[in-house]
Amino acid sequence: MKITIPEVCLVTLIGPSGSGKSTFAAKHFQPTEVLSSDVCRGLVSDDENDQTVTKQAFEILHFIAGRRLEARRLAVVDATNVQREARAPLVRLAREHDYLPVAIVLDVPPEDCHARNKARPDRQFGPHVVRQQLSQMRRSMRGLKREGFRHIHVLRGVEEIEAVEIERTKLWTDRRDERGPFDIIGDIHGCFDETVELLEKLGYEVSGMPDSPMARHPDGRKALFVGDLVDRGPKSPDVLRLVMAMVEADAAICVPGNHDDKLLRKLWGRDVRLTHGLAETMEQLESETDEFKQKVADFVKSLVSHYVLDDGRLVVAHAGMKERLQGRASRRVRQFALYGETTGETDQFGLPVRYDWASEYRGRAMVVYGHTPVPEAEWVNGTICVDTGCVFGGKLTALRYPERELVDVPAHKMWYEPVTPLVPTEGGPEAAERAYQDLLDIADVAGKRIVTTRMRGTVTIREENAAGALEVMSRFATDPHWLIYLPPTMSPSETCREGPLLEHPREAFAYYRKNGVPRVVCQEKHMGSRAVLVVCRDAAAAAERFGVRAGKQGVVYTRTGRPFFPDDADEAAVVARVAAAMDASGLWAEFETDWICLDAELMPWSAKAQALLRGQYAAVGASGTVGLERAVSLLEQAAQRNGESAALRDRMRARHQRVERYVEAYRRYCWPVQGIEDLRLAPFHIMATEGAVHRDKDHVWHMETIAKLAASDSGFLLATPFQVIHVTEPESEAAGIAWWEELTAEGGEGMVVKSADWIVRGRRGLVQPAVKCRGREYLRIIYGPEYTADEHLERLRRRSLGRKRSLALREYALGLEGLHRFVEREPLYRVHQCVFGVLALESEPVDPRL
Amino acid sequence: MLLTITSTHQPAGDLGYLLAKHPDRCQTFDLSFGKAHVFYPEVSDARCTAALLLDLDPVGLVRGRRAKGAPTLGQYVNDRPYVASSFFSVAIAEVYRSALGGRSKERPELVDQAIPLQARVEPLPVRGGEPLLRRLFEPLGYEVTATRHGLDASFPDWGESPYFTLELAGTLPLRDLLSHLYVLIPVLDHDKHYWVDKAEVEKLLAKGERWLADHPERDQIARRYLYRQPRLAREAVARLVDEDGVDPDETEEKQARREEKLEEKLSLDEQRRGVVLAALKEAGARRVIDLGCGEGKLVRALLDDTHFQSVAGVDVSPRALEHAERRLKLDRMPALKRERLKLMQGSLTYRDKRFAGYDAACLIEVIEHVDTPRLEPLERVVFEFARPATVVVTTPNREYNVLFEGLPEGRLRHADHRFEWSRAEFRAWAKRVAAVYGYAVRFLPVGDVHPEHGAPTQMGVFTRDGEAR
Repeated sequence: MKITIPEVCLVTLIGPSGSGKSTFAAKHFQPTEVLSSDVCRGLVSDDENDQTVTKQAFEILHFIAGRRLEARRLAVVDATNVQREARAPLVRLAREHDYLPVAIVLDVPPEDCHARNKARPDRQFGPHVVRQQLSQMRRSMRGLKREGFRHIHVLRGVEEIEAVEIERTKLWTDRRDERGPFDIIGDIHGCFDETVELLEKLGYEVSGMPDSPMARHPDGRKALFVGDLVDRGPKSPDVLRLVMAMVEADAAICVPGNHDDKLLRKLWGRDVRLTHGLAETMEQLESETDEFKQKVADFVKSLVSHYVLDDGRLVVAHAGMKERLQGRASRRVRQFALYGETTGETDQFGLPVRYDWASEYRGRAMVVYGHTPVPEAEWVNGTICVDTGCVFGGKLTALRYPERELVDVPAHKMWYEPVTPLVPTEGGPEAAERAYQDLLDIADVAGKRIVTTRMRGTVTIREENAAGALEVMSRFATDPHWLIYLPPTMSPSETCREGPLLEHPREAFAYYRKNGVPRVVCQEKHMGSRAVLVVCRDAAAAAERFGVRAGKQGVVYTRTGRPFFPDDADEAAVVARVAAAMDASGLWAEFETDWICLDAELMPWSAKAQALLRGQYAAVGASGTVGLERAVSLLEQAAQRNGESAALRDRMRARHQRVERYVEAYRRYCWPVQGIEDLRLAPFHIMATEGAVHRDKDHVWHMETIAKLAASDSGFLLATPFQVIHVTEPESEAAGIAWWEELTAEGGEGMVVKSADWIVRGRRGLVQPAVKCRGREYLRIIYGPEYTADEHLERLRRRSLGRKRSLALREYALGLEGLHRFVEREPLYRVHQCVFGVLALESEPVDPRL
Repeated sequence: MLLTITSTHQPAGDLGYLLAKHPDRCQTFDLSFGKAHVFYPEVSDARCTAALLLDLDPVGLVRGRRAKGAPTLGQYVNDRPYVASSFFSVAIAEVYRSALGGRSKERPELVDQAIPLQARVEPLPVRGGEPLLRRLFEPLGYEVTATRHGLDASFPDWGESPYFTLELAGTLPLRDLLSHLYVLIPVLDHDKHYWVDKAEVEKLLAKGERWLADHPERDQIARRYLYRQPRLAREAVARLVDEDGVDPDETEEKQARREEKLEEKLSLDEQRRGVVLAALKEAGARRVIDLGCGEGKLVRALLDDTHFQSVAGVDVSPRALEHAERRLKLDRMPALKRERLKLMQGSLTYRDKRFAGYDAACLIEVIEHVDTPRLEPLERVVFEFARPATVVVTTPNREYNVLFEGLPEGRLRHADHRFEWSRAEFRAWAKRVAAVYGYAVRFLPVGDVHPEHGAPTQMGVFTRDGEAR
């Protein structure tokens, strides 16, 4: 004999002591699937037969069973379960987790039980115990169905129990092995002609018109109907005929809608009010045969609440499906699939307030659904409603999966007058002026988080860093919709071991050589302020792609996500100028994009760093100059009388000179700025455009493409000078060093050395994508005016780069991950988690001079 | 970093005896943070000048001094090695110890004698500018010359630096000059290199015993000397005054001042809290969440009133929450009171389940700290998702700003304000929000109402549709 149980469910074994439950469980189930009350007694009291801890033992058993069901795992309860009171909590538990409770009854004659018990030294109780249990069990067996058990298997006698086989079947909702491609079609409501048009537009071959319509895609694509085939529209029977034929021929899959469900109940003769367009359907069905009506009833009855498809990547349900209920089976799941959920509140019209599950959705599966007519199908957190109100005069929409393309045909007419206009939807008052629905949730970012990146595995964000980032993000950052990328920090090259320098290209080249990178790109390091630009072709494109309010064409923000310009007009001017250069250079067309994300340096430094300059750099320069100048002149006088003062005078003179050089160093990066005419922008990475994160191109490509962009507005955009160096060729390396010396001799900031390819994996994981090599004079700004004095330099050499380098890689991985997610049109929160992560990592304490 | 003292007392060379430093030498002293040098640029019978030069180790200064949290570049590159700061006071006390203490082996009779002295300190950072310099030194009998230095001659528009060359001339005992400088240099700089503890009170009292009690700026000196420790400052002032014995006139005067203070109108802050509490009670709210609670003043007021059964304070700044915990004395709060309180970090631009389940939410002087494009998520977080029956919102009334003295036209009241609304602007916003999310709203002024410009603060009380007022 073979019995079948669902792959995931709560199996309740029922049988008196000695009926062989444990043996049975061990034979048919994994040890981890079986939860035995005896074992739980033992866990509590070290004695598996201690009846005084029964209550505690079952608490543990129920807890574990609950956790297993939560994790979508089968659980088998090995306890006598002969009384209804013992079974009730198990039925409740299964329902709570939306899985079916299954009963397997082991009905064994009392003699056999008693014989088994006798063989066990710890079960020396009289035969009356078993007899009593058996009689309790038999008395309550008829009520098992009423108690809520969905599958009940009664095995009678030892032989039958021995012989039985258990087969586990997939849940009805589980169609993960169906991988598409699909065309998911929204609520039809009897709009047959539009359906045929849409199918044809999607490439289906329609045949059998008009009496036995059928459609099939030549490439084997399947149509997926999200329900509400009937009611309100003109040709519900034709729609049913078509869909039933397609489903039967395996050319389509269908889930039920609430209207279909209601029709079924009507066909069953239930007392259903003929409202919301059901009257029209019934009228249209009048001319159909009883056989057809019976077929319709059978068809609708056979429909499964929702489906999980394509290895769990796609979920289709009429009214949507929240993550927790996906792939489960219960009345609640069916209710949700048909009607969605309400909050329990009512709005000012007395209508129930619909629970906006999609705005909270954080599941990884794409959910496609209908039910609530919307003017346009729009993505919300990886979910999309494809009911565009065809029957109300909107359109019939299909989503191509996995392409994510929307295809639609307009309604021929308004077939049915909507109660409320198509927009706003019937629902709460919030629908009146709902903005974007992808609101971020504190649970997306707070606390310790682990973000999985495609480049470097997982990156951990510590709780206290997240707390700091939350403040910065909330108070100072630009609108998160724009914030698709934050740049990573960059480590300097290893420290020179001797000589008058801290940093030199020699070490940078050696680093890449050592890590098996033959070719590097050296870029002049501009001394300005880091700026990330997100620029769109126009404001409309921005609103469309970034989900922001119309108006802005783009943003410029700092490396911590703050708006770069306090004044919106300045930002708009810079964005417009870059957009114009994109136009002029033809790059919009070349990239087939309406937006671009650039990583850049904006000069002069003094434009952004005014406060820092006045409060710190100029202050240090001014105070050092005043004091040391005077000290030197006084010591000059004193030196005329004693030699000790002369030595001190020379020392102070040297200090004074170093301070003067410091002042020169910072002055070099300052020039007065009146308006954006005085600014210069030097982009150095084209981070991303529509459909692409450009990390797959080497840095030479980036430099050359940017040069093309810069050529179309050379008054504002700077192409960064660069050199390609082969680190295994001494001559090439020498040329690189000579170039650096030339750049820094005049006080230039230095250069950045990058592996030619963006991503290089060495023996010990990712290689630093870039290291900086800063000039001697520039470093005065960082290390202080006097760092070049021998006694200071020696101490400063003992700096350690490990932390900085690890941080740089983690931020790099997160930054690119965010861009990939954005480009792949993942929901806002998924992009935001990466950006937020970079910001959080930036608050880790690392020597800021590195 | 440089102090010169010039004496024209005859014979001028006695200065060397008083300072116990030989005029023909250049001496160096090791200090924990660097070196100090003493030398004489000028020695004649008519005039003698001694120079104290502080030679701080700029690299050593930051080593081994780990601040809490992430280090900033400012910790590494700053003016400390180059200015006269609290380091300088330590140097004076170490290098001129006997002179400061009023001891001289060779010239004991000169110690307490007023002699003509000139002192020059540079660069001296002054937070408070020349007026403060004068207020501090002139009452001590000096003729004060202050020269301010520019930040950078190449960028005149960057303006003045905080650094001065201070020249003092007066006739007084040298020990007094040194003690004045010892106390007042850090007072002017207003930044201490070491953590201020109780021992500082003793130092201040010791160094200031001869003059501080009578100084008109006494309170300010104590406050700034005992940097960031107002409690210590009060203690110091109390002990200074106490040493003088009780002055009946003074006590009388103090009483009068206190009375005046009591009669002073309630501060706007307090009035605002009063009105908020009234609005909450009117609405029958018992469970209240204060969104953007800052340091917890409203939270405290709510907790002190047992009408409110449950009080939550939310702020986005972990630092503000720490302050709130301290101010509310969370660790010492009775259990029953503690149970009514919840403090948590949260942001108004992120939806948060923890915000739900309260009768009322308060946003007191909060919305103006949010960039306007991000008000939209805030609206949804509060009115759509937290959705309490009552929401109280206050924000400045920009129209009233013209009545604030010292607030230049067009400027906002607080540097972090992203906007300040007129009454019409606030009302338009509030009415739209109310309509969209199903609330009714009424408006109240907070503070004195000016006939033309209205009240300094405006308040909107939102009531969810279907809730009785």
